[in-house]
Amino acid sequence: MSQPSGFRTPRQRAQGLGAAKEGVSHWWASRLSSIALVPLGIMFIIPFADALGTSHAEVVELYAQPFHAVVAILFIGVTFLHTQQGLQVVIEDYLHDKTIRTAALLANIGFAWVVGLLGVFAVARIALAG
Amino acid sequence: MVQLTLPKNSRIVAGKTWPRPDGAKNVRTFKIYRWDPESGDNPRLDTYFVDLDTCGPMVLDALMKIKNEIDPTLTFRRSCREGICGSCAMNIGGINTLACTWGIDQVEGDISIYPLPHMPVVKDLVPDLTHFFAQHASIKPWLETKSNEPSAEWRQSVEDRAKLDGYYECILCACCSTACPSYWWNGDRYLGPAALLHAYRWINDSRDEATGERLDDLEDPFKLYRCHTIMNCAKTCPKSLNPAKAIAEIKKLMVERRL
Repeated sequence: MSQPSGFRTPRQRAQGLGAAKEGVSHWWASRLSSIALVPLGIMFIIPFADALGTSHAEVVELYAQPFHAVVAILFIGVTFLHTQQGLQVVIEDYLHDKTIRTAALLANIGFAWVVGLLGVFAVARIALAG
Repeated sequence: MVQLTLPKNSRIVAGKTWPRPDGAKNVRTFKIYRWDPESGDNPRLDTYFVDLDTCGPMVLDALMKIKNEIDPTLTFRRSCREGICGSCAMNIGGINTLACTWGIDQVEGDISIYPLPHMPVVKDLVPDLTHFFAQHASIKPWLETKSNEPSAEWRQSVEDRAKLDGYYECILCACCSTACPSYWWNGDRYLGPAALLHAYRWINDSRDEATGERLDDLEDPFKLYRCHTIMNCAKTCPKSLNPAKAIAEIKKLMVERRL
């Protein structure tokens, strides 16, 4: 940490590259998404649990209703936003190798978008195409 | 990955057991971390026996007694012996605190003493705090003003002065920062609870005219947002301050100025 690095002063090392002027959006979005997931989770899971084990036609009928389709899409979207942001913090905390960290951060974003969009597409397909 | 084990040359080996005092009835055992940079040996844990009947009540009293009467090579920092200078901060019985204000009777069983965790060690109980102090300096811990200097002092209302209570008392002993896992893992970039508490002390000062710039300088995923409200800082602070609250207030101001 404070090992000598060339002739840099301790102050130079402490300041590093300066502030990124970023972080508040991430922090605020994490808080808001966690709050939003409480009502969204309840509104998504109750009809979802009810629909489990029922016929294909009944499930299609449920998600053909705009309310349930939109709640499901919001739930999936906010869940993956929250997951991506939370995992990003874990990666930044624990992965210190620059290459591995950058790769993990990119993989994390890719995973959230691909799997999240698959979920949204699935709901849209059930809701619109049956 | 985060380093979860100590490097080979930092592993602690069994140390020397120093002789018991003759005829003493009220003896406590101290297990103290020893490391001499000039020996090339690994750190070791030495065992000392201190006669409490001829020793003051605080852990620092016992350390001084050991240094004076048993082993003069034991190295530690101390100065004021009354909890105001912050020199004798160390890890006593598993908690970061000041040896001068922590009673020997506050520790059960053998009393283990280590330097502050996760810092480079200079010798024995002396950690290298260079980076810690440089981080403190980097938040500009002084009054920044732009208005013309008043003929007398910069005035402050009693209410505004009261807002600094709980934030100005920090003695920079480094107990909080070295108790913080976020500081352990990312202390090179994360400013840590002590520097952030000081930053808030100036952000919160009604006389300071650089509030916005101070917030700008902190808005960073690492400098500020490594704090995950673990609260070890507040738990360990020997002055009973709450750095976690100061950090939370900074985070609130960051949001407030954009809403």
